[in-house]
Amino acid sequence: MAATLSVTEWMGTTVMKFNRGGYLIGEGFRSIGKHGFMSFASVTIIMACLIIMGSVSLLSVNIDALIKDLENQNEVVAFVDEELSEEEAKAIESKIEAVENVESADFVPRELAMDNFFDNYDSYVMEGIDSTVFRHRFVIHLTDIALMSETTDNLMKVDGVAKVRAHIEYADIFVTIRNVVSVVSLVLIVMLVFVSVFIMSNTIKLATFNRREEIAIMKMVGANNGFIRLPFIVEGLTLGLIGGGLAFLAEWGVYEVLTGKIISTVAGSFIRVVPFTDVAVTVLVCYLGTGILVGVFGGINAIRNYLKV
Amino acid sequence: MVRMNNVTKVYDSSGTVAIDGVDLSIDEGEFVFLVGPSGSGKTTIMKLITGEIHANSGEITVNDFDMMKIKRRKLPKMRRTLGVIFQDYRLIENMTVYDNVAFAMRVVGASNKEISKRVPYVLELVGLEGREKRLPNELSGGEQQRVAIARALVNSPRMIVADEPTGNLDPVRSLELMLLFEKINEMGTTILVVTHEKELVNAFSKRVITIDGGHVISDGMDGYYSYEI
Repeated sequence: MAATLSVTEWMGTTVMKFNRGGYLIGEGFRSIGKHGFMSFASVTIIMACLIIMGSVSLLSVNIDALIKDLENQNEVVAFVDEELSEEEAKAIESKIEAVENVESADFVPRELAMDNFFDNYDSYVMEGIDSTVFRHRFVIHLTDIALMSETTDNLMKVDGVAKVRAHIEYADIFVTIRNVVSVVSLVLIVMLVFVSVFIMSNTIKLATFNRREEIAIMKMVGANNGFIRLPFIVEGLTLGLIGGGLAFLAEWGVYEVLTGKIISTVAGSFIRVVPFTDVAVTVLVCYLGTGILVGVFGGINAIRNYLKV
Repeated sequence: MVRMNNVTKVYDSSGTVAIDGVDLSIDEGEFVFLVGPSGSGKTTIMKLITGEIHANSGEITVNDFDMMKIKRRKLPKMRRTLGVIFQDYRLIENMTVYDNVAFAMRVVGASNKEISKRVPYVLELVGLEGREKRLPNELSGGEQQRVAIARALVNSPRMIVADEPTGNLDPVRSLELMLLFEKINEMGTTILVVTHEKELVNAFSKRVITIDGGHVISDGMDGYYSYEI
C-alpha cells in the first residue's frame, strides 16, 4: 500500500514538474520578446565583446603563423665528410632524421650545391671552380627552433657529419619575438575577457533590474528559487547563443574583408594569412561557449540578490 | 493558525524596536483586523507572518510552520498556505488579469486544465468576469485589488493576509472590498486585515487587535476601533 502511494506521489510530482518545466521554458522564450529592447542590448553587448576578443585572438594566431613561417626559413645545414661518396652520404639521412627535433632533412649533392651557389654570384668570380670544392650536405628543418643549439650539438655527433651551420642568433630572436607576442596576446585576451564579462554581466543585470518587482511577487506567491531562475537561464542561454552565433558570422565577414585587403597589397605577397575556415570551428565553439556561459551565469548572478526575500 | 509568543523584532540597521514582547493568536476561520497608527508595528507583524523578516526572539507559528526555525528553502512551501494582498496590488504589469491569477497556480505546478477551470471561477467570485484579457493598467484601483485578491485566493490558502488593502481606494470601493473579504471568510478562509481605517473597521463586527509602540494594547471581539490616531 505504501509502495503504491509513493508511486502515485512520484507520478504526481513528475507531472507537476513537467507542467512547470514546460511553462517555465516557454516563459524564458516569451520573456525575450516581452523585454525586446533589453534583449537587443544584451545580444549587442555580447556580440561586441566577443568580436573584440576574437579579433585580438585571430590577430595573435596570424602573428604566430607568420613567425612560424619565418622560423621555417631559418634552416640548419649539415655538411657531410668530404671522404664520403654520394651514396654513403645519402645513407646517413635516416640517422639525421632520427635526431630529436629534426622535422625533415633534404639531401643536396655537391653538384646541386654548386649550382645553387653560382646562382647567387656572378659567374666570372667562380671561374675554374669545380664541384669537388663543395661538400654533400643536408638542409634540415627543425620542429622547434628554440632547441636549435642542442639539436646542432646532436647533429655533430652523427657519424659522417663534418660540420653544422646554424644561425642560432636569428633563432633566438625569433623565439624571443614569439614569446613576447604570446605573452602580450595572452595578457590582452585575459584583460579583454574580464572587461567583457564585466560589461556583459552588467548589461544583463540592468536588463533584470526592472524585473525585481516581478521576482518579489513571484516569491510572495510561493515560487521557489528554481522556478524563478529557470526562465532567466533559458533567456540567458538563448541570448548568449544568438549573440555568439551573430558574433561568429560578423567576425567571419570582417576577417574575410580585412584579409582580402591585406592579400591584395604588396605585403600580401610575402605574408601568409591564416584562412578563416582553418579556425572557424574553434572560433564558433569559443563564441557559443562564451555566449552561453555569460548569458546563463550573468542571468543567475543578476537575479541572485532579488531572490533573498 | 498564527501563534506569537513574546515576539521581539529590532531592526539591525536603525536599532529601532519595532515590536516588543508581542503575544497574539489567530485561530482557523477567524476574521481579524490588526489596527494601529503608522509606525506602531503592524507591518512588522505582517512581515513576520509572511517570512519576509525574522524575529530576534520569541516563538512564531504560522499554519504549522515554525517561523523561528524555518529554512529559507522551506519558505515557498509556507507561503503557499497564505494569500498575501498589498496596498499597491503588486500585479505583474505585462500579464493579463487571467495570467496574473493563473501565475500563482503555475507556481504550485497546476496543469493547464486545472488552471482553466479554477481561474474563471475565482475571477467570477471576485466580480471580474469579462475582464480576463485586460492588463492591470486598464483596470480601476478597485478592480486591480480584486485581481490581487483572486490571485491570493486561487490556491485555496488557509489564510489571507492583507496589508492596508483599501489604502488606495475610495470609501465605497473599500466597503465593497471588505464585503468581499467577509464573503471569503464565510467560505472558511481565515482573514487578517492590517489597516488604520477606523470607519471601515467599525462598520464590521469583527475581532480587532490594536497595536501601538510595538505592544498589543487591546484585543476585543466587539469590533470597535477606539484608538485615536
